[in-house]
Amino acid sequence: MNNLKVILNGLIKENPTFVLLLGMCPTLGTTSSALNGMSMGLATTFVLICSNVAISSLKNIIPDMVRIPAYIVVIATFVTVVQMCMEAYVPALYASLGLFIPLIVVNCIVLGRAEAFAAKNKIIPSLFDGLGIGLGFTVALTLLGAVRELLGTGKLFSIGLIPEEYGSLIFVLAPGAFIVLGYLIAIVNKIRKV
Amino acid sequence: MEYILIFIAAVFVNNVVLAQFLGICPFLGVSKKVETAAGMGAAVTFVLTISTIVTYLVQKFILDPFGLGFMQTICFILIIAALVQMVEIILKKISPSLYQALGVFLPLITTNCCILGVAILVIQKNYNLLESVVYAISTAIGFALALIIFAGIREQIAMTNIPKGMQGTPIALITAGLLAMAFMGFSGIV
Repeated sequence: MNNLKVILNGLIKENPTFVLLLGMCPTLGTTSSALNGMSMGLATTFVLICSNVAISSLKNIIPDMVRIPAYIVVIATFVTVVQMCMEAYVPALYASLGLFIPLIVVNCIVLGRAEAFAAKNKIIPSLFDGLGIGLGFTVALTLLGAVRELLGTGKLFSIGLIPEEYGSLIFVLAPGAFIVLGYLIAIVNKIRKV
Repeated sequence: MEYILIFIAAVFVNNVVLAQFLGICPFLGVSKKVETAAGMGAAVTFVLTISTIVTYLVQKFILDPFGLGFMQTICFILIIAALVQMVEIILKKISPSLYQALGVFLPLITTNCCILGVAILVIQKNYNLLESVVYAISTAIGFALALIIFAGIREQIAMTNIPKGMQGTPIALITAGLLAMAFMGFSGIV
């Protein structure tokens, strides 16, 4: 029950993208399609869960003075694992996400959760916190990717929904990312107030 | 000539913030005033140039000869974190006035993804050392340019009447979108 609450907290109340506004670079950079957004979200979720578990179990060993560099090394290790697995098994996806996979290291969400949650809590809640925040991030990225893909090319997960001529390419390009995210945050703000 | 091309491409055509989406956090975070934006721009230029040189040398003379390419991410982020600390300490001793000006922004730079991004990009693009340095400086100038323009616009926006739901981040993001559209006009000149 309590774990469910931790997951829902990450998914809705402290949604990293729409509420906390963290990790904006991958949010904008990798959401040119729904599939890309979802893959980036899942890759980040994996790193989040692993780093939260590792840091939570190591929290009594790591001296307080050097905790930030230690966390960064733990995170960078899992990012390298993800990077090498993706390069080996899904090379096409790896090529389209490109630079943003190694950049998960400097994603403020991962370090933020390590510092704010994993360093203070036991292993199991940390695992669920990583899962919740990761899912919140994945949902946000998929949503943003889906809107951009639909408006830009008339497709959703590469399945054509409306004729391609009606798509406006600007939403797939850089400016569309900023504009769609701006409106999505405005809508989320409106819903949260009600 | 090719250095000029790298410069123009990095500043205008492939602007680091508006086309490549690197360094969005400081772009949204410290762009409320032109002065702080300029300070952040200067600090990024400084650190980006030094860190690109160091990571380039480490990649070419340590990681490549020993076949340790898979350690790239871990190595680079540690080098950057250490470098930022070192720059902070050295500046404090050598030039207190510069330290005063850049001070608050330096610790924030470790998590600025454009530093790590550029370090990895110059390796991927197979630049030599001089090209890497030119690319790093131009990228930083592009970052500073976008940041200062954006801060100028936001100072104006702060004084206007905006619908309640759009205040704050949403309007800032839409402004950034329009700015990105303007920068798209440069595409094709290189």
